[in-house]
Amino acid sequence: MNNQTMVYNKFGARLGSILQKNVPFLILILLVILFTFIAPNFMSVGNLRTLIRQISFAGISAVGLMFVMISGGIDLSIGSQIVFGNVLLAIMMVDWKLPPAIAIPLILLVGTGLGAVNGILCIKLNIHPLIITLGTSAIFKGMGYIINQSRNIMGFPDSFRWFGQGYVWGIPVPVIVMVIVALIGAFILTKTYFGRQIFALGGNEEAARLAGVNIKRMKVLLFMICGFVSSITTVLLLSRVFAGQTITGQGLEFDCLTAALLGGVSFKGGEGNVFGLMVGMLIIGVLNNAMQLATFPDFSQTVVKGSVLLIAVAFDVYQKNRKAKETVTKVAA
Amino acid sequence: MDDKVVLSLENITKRYPGVLALNNVSISFQAGEVHALLGENGAGKSTLIKAVAGAIDIDSGIIKINGHEYSKMTPSLSRSLGVEVIYQEFNLVPTLSCAENIYLCERSEKSVLFSAKEIEKKAVKVLDQFGVKIDPRTMVQDLSIAEQQIIEIAKAVSKNVKILIMDEPSAPLSVSEVELMFKIINQLKQKGVTIIYISHRLEEVFRISDRVSVMRDGRYVTTKNTKETNRQELITLMVGRELKESYPQRKKSPGEVALEVKNLTGNGDRNISFSVRKGEILGISGLVGAGRTELAQLLFGAAPMESGEILVNGKPVKIHSPLDAIQHKIGLLTEDRKGQGLFLEMAVKWNISFPIVRRISNYGVVNTKKEDAIAQKYKERINIKTPNLLQQVINLSGGNQQKVVLAKSLAAESDILIFDEPTRGIDVGAKQDIYHLMTELAENGIAILMISSDMEELLGMSDRIIVLCEGALAGEVQKENFNQHYILDLASGIH
Repeated sequence: MNNQTMVYNKFGARLGSILQKNVPFLILILLVILFTFIAPNFMSVGNLRTLIRQISFAGISAVGLMFVMISGGIDLSIGSQIVFGNVLLAIMMVDWKLPPAIAIPLILLVGTGLGAVNGILCIKLNIHPLIITLGTSAIFKGMGYIINQSRNIMGFPDSFRWFGQGYVWGIPVPVIVMVIVALIGAFILTKTYFGRQIFALGGNEEAARLAGVNIKRMKVLLFMICGFVSSITTVLLLSRVFAGQTITGQGLEFDCLTAALLGGVSFKGGEGNVFGLMVGMLIIGVLNNAMQLATFPDFSQTVVKGSVLLIAVAFDVYQKNRKAKETVTKVAA
Repeated sequence: MDDKVVLSLENITKRYPGVLALNNVSISFQAGEVHALLGENGAGKSTLIKAVAGAIDIDSGIIKINGHEYSKMTPSLSRSLGVEVIYQEFNLVPTLSCAENIYLCERSEKSVLFSAKEIEKKAVKVLDQFGVKIDPRTMVQDLSIAEQQIIEIAKAVSKNVKILIMDEPSAPLSVSEVELMFKIINQLKQKGVTIIYISHRLEEVFRISDRVSVMRDGRYVTTKNTKETNRQELITLMVGRELKESYPQRKKSPGEVALEVKNLTGNGDRNISFSVRKGEILGISGLVGAGRTELAQLLFGAAPMESGEILVNGKPVKIHSPLDAIQHKIGLLTEDRKGQGLFLEMAVKWNISFPIVRRISNYGVVNTKKEDAIAQKYKERINIKTPNLLQQVINLSGGNQQKVVLAKSLAAESDILIFDEPTRGIDVGAKQDIYHLMTELAENGIAILMISSDMEELLGMSDRIIVLCEGALAGEVQKENFNQHYILDLASGIH
């Protein structure tokens, strides 16, 4: 082997490892380039602003979900929490005539409470969160329908419009909120001891327990955080739609989960970062947006999204296996 | 019994990274004999049976079964030659019936369809041979441990077993259940089945076996006719190596009592009382299942205590959780470091600082400068071999992983340290490092409890040894009275 090929090989290996670590990011860029050519409207400022606002709602909830997922749990009830919270907030402001300044903090409290219900059920019944939140998801959604009584609740104060429809320096408010939530999330996960404990819980629960982490309290706390963050989404969504209906928020957890898996949050816990999550969210946003621009029928959009979720999971598993193999050869050597 | 050799192992060698698990082992087994295999933990018994079962590839040597030579064994080949292994963890499907388990994955000769009736009939026949009454339709999860073991044996017998290997079969059984198992073993022996019986319990070896082979440190030592040997001789053969490792001497004598335990009961242990002084190493001996790890869990708050009292520095303390124990400056190095001690996917420094991460945080934010300094300090102090502190722990060798566990406990600045099997599965060099470190810690006034199955290490390191037997304190031995045989006798419940 001559010198030049060696240099190329080295360069290739390095490039390869960089690419590997950032596969989701590359996919995002490829999709953006692709759609820029296919759909002429895609690369306009107006469309990009719409795109980012579209993902901001699920993007906020996804940060909460990621906290639970890194600790090794899962929350499938996010969409239903929003359904219930959405209707309740509408009732508070329209039927009970509460001003937003009181109704919003109240709904944040209620959302946190719904999360606490999930967490307490998980530790008391000692059943996997997947099953618990599948159950509570049905319950929360049902409760939303019950209190809604098939109405389309309208007549909010005009001041409430700003949260979902307003702009700051031309940027939609929900997008700003998403960025703030993501930054706070990233700070907690990477800089604080609480963040360490979340990773520890997902990485090795028994070792975390023996290191003095109160794992039961942690689990409840994380579901509460997830509930709190999702109730922020509730407020923004209701303000955006400006009508209390049970359809708002349904199935939102699907996008959150797909984004998390695309962005490298491990289903088994112990792994994940906010940057990856946001990249995952953008991929979903780009796909959704482009399919709408191309006027794909709704049902084919669902097929594409389902496929993306499966590919994301398959990729996660593939990466894990390869890593395990590399480790084995390293140790053996 | 005739002298026909059915299984003969010739010069089997198996090397794992850093360990020579089997070193040129040759043993032969005859038809219709019960052949006991003895040796300490790590002597290579399990590796040997795995080689025969085809569960691992051997590096060199020949396995001869019924006169045919095999240099490579696979699980299916081994099965087809009539070798069956009953491992310590049963291979049963708990939610299937006994009959289904016995004939798992076997096709009916009469029909393409699965017939529950047919296999139930066959299962009854097999179970009747043993003279036990188990309804073949019962689900395995509803059986007692002893009955499950009978199903395991029935499974082997139904496949026309020629060589049956049993790994510690009596460990989970009560006395009467062991009797039943012996009866079945004798029946199989009459039929000409060779039984390889692995056990730590010497009395069983004398009752059931015809011949006994001893292994030590991956080598074959000798084979004796059971009738022509005795307990003392076997113990000496098993443990009687010369002192190869050196144990550092300590100059200071122990200080005042750091930890005292009175009538501690819970987690399977009963009524245990002892004390440890500052600067003292207290060895805890006992057989597998004697309740040593359970004692460590109790002291560390990892398992609930039923009654008794724990005093730290003379003051009674309540320990309900590991957090309580850590706050009273008690540290535990678990036996199962991968399962309970480490975050394998995380960086070395992350692991070391984890127990104190809260202490080195300001307003919840981790002070990474302090973290780096602490990790670096312990990396150097105990000589953790890692390219850098950001390396994932999973990439380190066993010995270095154990050192990370150690660094974790040291960083927490515990006054009382419980070491549960601190040197299991690590190489000689790392062992020496750990011995020196334990000595240094004791010199600095830390009270150490050391649980170990390695008798030599226990005798070499401890100032005093307490012996547990079946969850109770069997005795306490002072340094001047240290004697392997005496301690083994205590551990087996002879005194």
